[in-house]
Amino acid sequence: MIADQRRWERFTPQERLLRFTFYLVAVAAFMVSVQTVDVIPEFLYDAPEQVVDLFARMWPMDWKYYPKSVHEALIETLHIASLGTILSLALALPVGILAARNVVPVAAINQLAKLILVSSRSVNSLVWALLFVAIFGPGALAGTLAIAFRSIGFVGKLFGEALEEAQRGPVEALTAAGAPWPSVFLKAYWPQVQPAFWSIALFRWDINIRESAVLGLVGAGGIGVALDTALTLLYWDQVAVVLLTIFAVVILAEIIVTTIRSRII
Amino acid sequence: MNSAPALPAASRENPFPVRWTTRAVWIGLGLYVIYAAARLELTWERFVFGLGNGGRFLARMVPPDFTKMDLLWKGLSESLEIAVIATVFGVILSLPVGLAASRNLMPVWATWPARAFIALCRSFHPVIVAILFVKAVGFGAIAGILALIVASVGFIAKLFAEAIEEISLKQVEAVRATGASFMNVIFMAVVPQVLARFTGFATYQLDSNLRNSTMVGIVGGGGIGSTLFTAFQKFDYDFVLTILLAIIAIIFVGEILAGWIRRTFQ
Repeated sequence: MIADQRRWERFTPQERLLRFTFYLVAVAAFMVSVQTVDVIPEFLYDAPEQVVDLFARMWPMDWKYYPKSVHEALIETLHIASLGTILSLALALPVGILAARNVVPVAAINQLAKLILVSSRSVNSLVWALLFVAIFGPGALAGTLAIAFRSIGFVGKLFGEALEEAQRGPVEALTAAGAPWPSVFLKAYWPQVQPAFWSIALFRWDINIRESAVLGLVGAGGIGVALDTALTLLYWDQVAVVLLTIFAVVILAEIIVTTIRSRII
Repeated sequence: MNSAPALPAASRENPFPVRWTTRAVWIGLGLYVIYAAARLELTWERFVFGLGNGGRFLARMVPPDFTKMDLLWKGLSESLEIAVIATVFGVILSLPVGLAASRNLMPVWATWPARAFIALCRSFHPVIVAILFVKAVGFGAIAGILALIVASVGFIAKLFAEAIEEISLKQVEAVRATGASFMNVIFMAVVPQVLARFTGFATYQLDSNLRNSTMVGIVGGGGIGSTLFTAFQKFDYDFVLTILLAIIAIIFVGEILAGWIRRTFQ
């Protein structure tokens, strides 16, 4: 009897029920999705020929397209990504501070800041770009703002979490010395979160290089415009040049970020 | 001899010395902002002009149009289906790829190609991959699903390989010592150590696929993105706001669900 009661079980019955429900829901969701999703099987039959055709049209690449329109657009993309990242850092800093429970101990303000961060993250950068193109017209301004607004949520969330992990000691010491709150922030919180801040900024810049490459598809400037033009005209040899350029830049950005990160952190 | 030696003056002057490298970085950033803004022709007049435009734009968005719920629901459910199917296939594909890429269990001839494949999947934005798949398999949900599968493999397989590289090798050795086959080692020594983290990655990817599935529609990959893009092109801004609110609501609910799943599997 006693031996029976003391038998070791990894999960309580409640935990087991929860897990079982999860698996059941997951399988059911998958089955329902597969059955109801709108797939036209006829389109799939000639997919291999289409892929072969795609590569045949891409080769040989039209290298003359690079100096003609890609290079200028590439520089614009890099500026959109960098400027957008810097703008998002400036905008996300106050929101991140408001979201940190230990810096601003008012629950209502924390919740409001978190709502701003979630909304910024839920709307995709392409959708932000659509909105800003409608407001400011096509061009780099819309792209920069789209990158900035999409990044606020990411940077603000991570920065707020870094602030919440900061140690109390320096803060208490400065408060006890009678320092006003800007000094407390600059000399107690900032030195503790500075490495995290730069690391978040670099990480986001890397992501933004990727994202800014497609903004041109909705008219928000950058290399995406060159891609869109080539796609609309079905010049696949030019599309290949643009894709290769994006690939090279993304790899380069990742190498730069990894190098800087290993230096400063 | 009774007076304490005076402290060196320098150590008392400023407890927070000026760091010139940090200051230079800030100044450099400031100069870059001015240069880049000039290069992109971002002027204040244009911004202010746009703000007036933005007022009119917002006025046309409110009140949101709740009359086309069937259209909204059709797009949303397709997005959800795309996200679920892409996550399931993405996870299933990531298992072998991630395992092959883990350097502590696999020889170099297996890790190198697996890592190159993962890097290739990661380096292109899902929208670009979606464009290529739209060309290959035509417009519709299938192009979106395939594009998101590629994105999922690029993300989960990388994290999965990193998780496997962090496991304790003692259990692997113990199972190996019993004469277990390779598959037995994987299922008895490796999987139990990484399963919890792996469910975490999978729920995160479901969340991220849900966000991205709103986007692949813009280039013809199906889902709510195509509904949104059509509404934009028809200047149906009140319906656009409805769609945006619906997307934010779904992702909010998704985030809560993902957090709940992660707690269940901790």
